[in-house]
Amino acid sequence: MANSTTEKGKTIPSEPLSLMSVVAPAVGWLIPGAGHLIQKRWIRGGLLFISITTMFLLGLAMQGRIYRPNGGDLLDMLGFIGDLGAGGLYVVTAAMDWGQGAIAFATADYGTKFMIVAGLLNFISVADAYHIAIGKKQ
Amino acid sequence: MTITLNHFSAAAVFAVFASVVFGITHRENTRDMIRYGLYCFAMFLGGLLVAGWAMWLLKR
Repeated sequence: MANSTTEKGKTIPSEPLSLMSVVAPAVGWLIPGAGHLIQKRWIRGGLLFISITTMFLLGLAMQGRIYRPNGGDLLDMLGFIGDLGAGGLYVVTAAMDWGQGAIAFATADYGTKFMIVAGLLNFISVADAYHIAIGKKQ
Repeated sequence: MTITLNHFSAAAVFAVFASVVFGITHRENTRDMIRYGLYCFAMFLGGLLVAGWAMWLLKR
C-alpha cells in the first residue's frame, strides 16, 4: 500500500508529504533556525539561529579550519560532513576562502571543532523543523 | 578578528550553545525545553570539571 508502512505486522499510516515538510528542512539547513521561523516558531527559531550562527562564527574567529570536500582521511571526510551541516554559513565561508589558516595553537583546534559542532547542531535543528512540519511535534 | 578563549571558557561557551539547541529540539513544551537545556548545561560543565580533576589526578 502506498500510504502505509508495515512494522511487525502492524500497519502504521505514513505522514502526508506537504510542501512545508520539504521547504522547512531545506530553508533550515541553508539558514540555521529559519525552518522554525517560517513555521512561526519565532523564539525557537531565533534561539537556534543565534546559537548555531554564533558558534560557527566564533569557530571562525578562533582561527578554526574549514574542511573542503575530500576523499582522503576518514576524519577529514567526517569533518567535511559536519561543516556542511552549517549550510549557508559553510557555503559563504568556503566561497570567501576563510578558515584556511594553519592551526598554530590549541584554541584554533577548538575553533575547528566549534564549526563542525555548529553544523551537526544544525542537522538536529533541521530534523526538528521537519518534525514540526509533519505535525509530529508542536 | 581573532578571538582567543582559554580552555574553560571555550568549553563553557560550547556548553551554552549546545544546551540551547538540545533543549529546543529534544523536548515538546517550553517548560521541559528550559529544564532539559539547564540539565544539559549542568552535565556539560559537571563533566568538564570531573574530567579536569581526573586529568589532574592522573598527572600526579
